[in-house]
Amino acid sequence: MGTNLFINYGEAVAMILFGIGFGNLLLQPNLIKKIIGLNIMDTAIYLFLAEKGYIRGRVAPIVAGGVQSMEAYINPIPSGLVLTGIVVSVSVSALMLALTIRLYRRYHTLDLDEISKRLRKEGL
Amino acid sequence: MDFVRNFPCISIMLCLFAGIISSGLRGRAAMIVNAGLLVINTALSACTLVYTLALGESFVYVMGQFPAPWGNEIRAGVLEALMALFFCIIMLLSLLGGRHKLLEGVEKGKLYLYYVLMDLLLSSLLALVYTNDMFTAYVFVEINTISACGLIMIRQNGRTIEAAVRYMIMSLLGSGMLLLGLCMLYDLTGHLLMSNIQESVALIVAEGKYTIPLIISIVLMSVGLCIKSALFPFHAWLPDAYGYSTVSSAAVLSSLVSKGYIFLLIKIIYRVIGFEIYRDSRIIDILFVFGLMGMIFGSLSAIRENDIRRMIAFSSVAQIGYIYMGFGMGTEAGMTASVFHILSHAATKSLLFIAAVGLTDVSGRNRQFIELTGSGYRNRWAGAAFTVGSLAMVGVPMFSGFISKLLFSQAAVQNHAKMLPALIVLGVSTILNAIYFMKTVIRIYTPVENTSYPSLTCKDMPLYAVVLAAFIILNMTLGVSSQPVVDMIRQGLAMFA
Repeated sequence: MGTNLFINYGEAVAMILFGIGFGNLLLQPNLIKKIIGLNIMDTAIYLFLAEKGYIRGRVAPIVAGGVQSMEAYINPIPSGLVLTGIVVSVSVSALMLALTIRLYRRYHTLDLDEISKRLRKEGL
Repeated sequence: MDFVRNFPCISIMLCLFAGIISSGLRGRAAMIVNAGLLVINTALSACTLVYTLALGESFVYVMGQFPAPWGNEIRAGVLEALMALFFCIIMLLSLLGGRHKLLEGVEKGKLYLYYVLMDLLLSSLLALVYTNDMFTAYVFVEINTISACGLIMIRQNGRTIEAAVRYMIMSLLGSGMLLLGLCMLYDLTGHLLMSNIQESVALIVAEGKYTIPLIISIVLMSVGLCIKSALFPFHAWLPDAYGYSTVSSAAVLSSLVSKGYIFLLIKIIYRVIGFEIYRDSRIIDILFVFGLMGMIFGSLSAIRENDIRRMIAFSSVAQIGYIYMGFGMGTEAGMTASVFHILSHAATKSLLFIAAVGLTDVSGRNRQFIELTGSGYRNRWAGAAFTVGSLAMVGVPMFSGFISKLLFSQAAVQNHAKMLPALIVLGVSTILNAIYFMKTVIRIYTPVENTSYPSLTCKDMPLYAVVLAAFIILNMTLGVSSQPVVDMIRQGLAMFA
């Protein structure tokens, strides 16, 4: 177990980052910090995928110099998944930021708990 | 007849194109495009259902030119087609029933955006139902989340924006966990197509390797989808999101969006992990326990609530608990009951939301119970529909809720270990349901003298009355002639395995 952890340190780091991002998104009261947490969480998953998809000594699957052996290249699908994931996470972050701007204009604070408190006072 | 095989793909594509076209249209035109889209999709899903019933097995539709382990696939069986048909019908009725609220609640220039979001939502729901590829499912889960968030905040006040933010945060936590879980599963199996993953998972389990990573990935995916479908204790965002958004959004969110995620979980259980492997993992007991807790605590919160919309929203928490309890049984019968409850809850909850808005309209838009006294006389259609919905939720015979409670009890009796807690909680939860729904029904039929609020008849709102009648018929149909539907569900689940 200990040696595995050392060899796969990239995956271990990815998991730790995922935990950090997850905790931030869940627990931070500040909306901007929540969004940062969201991005850390998503990026950790891309690190995990990239780390899993890379095999030492091989290159991206673009046939160059007539080498067609399967041993020479890595599987391109994990990289493709990372790209798709980035697109999704960018759009989600943009939406969250837009919502944050709306809330800030209305309540002049980024603290979600504070906003809830005021809403309760308004009694809407 | 083989042309029908294209229909699932066509219906998803139609939704996406309708969304693109609607973004360049004015509000009314977008509304018509959306209604036409829903009618066409209902017809397409019905054709697919008839075709798969006649075929007796599911079929796979290859997207593009690449065959199985590499390409992307759509898979349609009886259950998928039934779900798609049902989703289209419920969405059409919810949108028509809430149209008058939408016209007054949304800013004039922004109405078309609502329909763009609705088209996208439908496309993602259909894709979740039909897809055979895990990563496609993830992408459409995110599209679903984004459009659902837009639906919550289309009616802009502080409450809805805050509800949308809370909804987004919980949903993003859920989809993060889903993504991590499916990446791990991809690493373990090397596949993204559900059928290929299932074969590899069976091999891995047979060899006894990678037990812990497999369990972790199952846990991550299950918990992620539980968070997104608002299983107790992850339901904190739900009452605000359903309670303050415009009524069509609330109906669609409660009856379709959360069900889309639950259906994806069913697909993961049957088609990705394999039913036996999923059952033998301990996660099923956790789902069972939280389902039971949701049934009790959701109802308790609903009893305490003094706002009719929020009360209905809390009732959703309890009903989601029922569905997860059915999963937790770990038997075919429990699964059948859960799937039937997805249908019956979808038909009933949207009916309740639409009917409640009719009642609040004749009470000066107040949603407190004290103001609703006697509103069943002022708007007879809404009163009757609300009563039907309440009776269905409580589980009175002739209505859809009775059949799902019956199926749940039958499933519980077959499972000796979980029989006692399941039956006790089912009984307690039914009593709690009866308390808050019957309280409301009695309240709206308590006569008041010299009220200042006006009355509405069905001539004032013909469309609204027709929609309520359609909902009532749908509900009674599910309740009276449930056997064909249950048979279809059984057949569909058999095709899954």
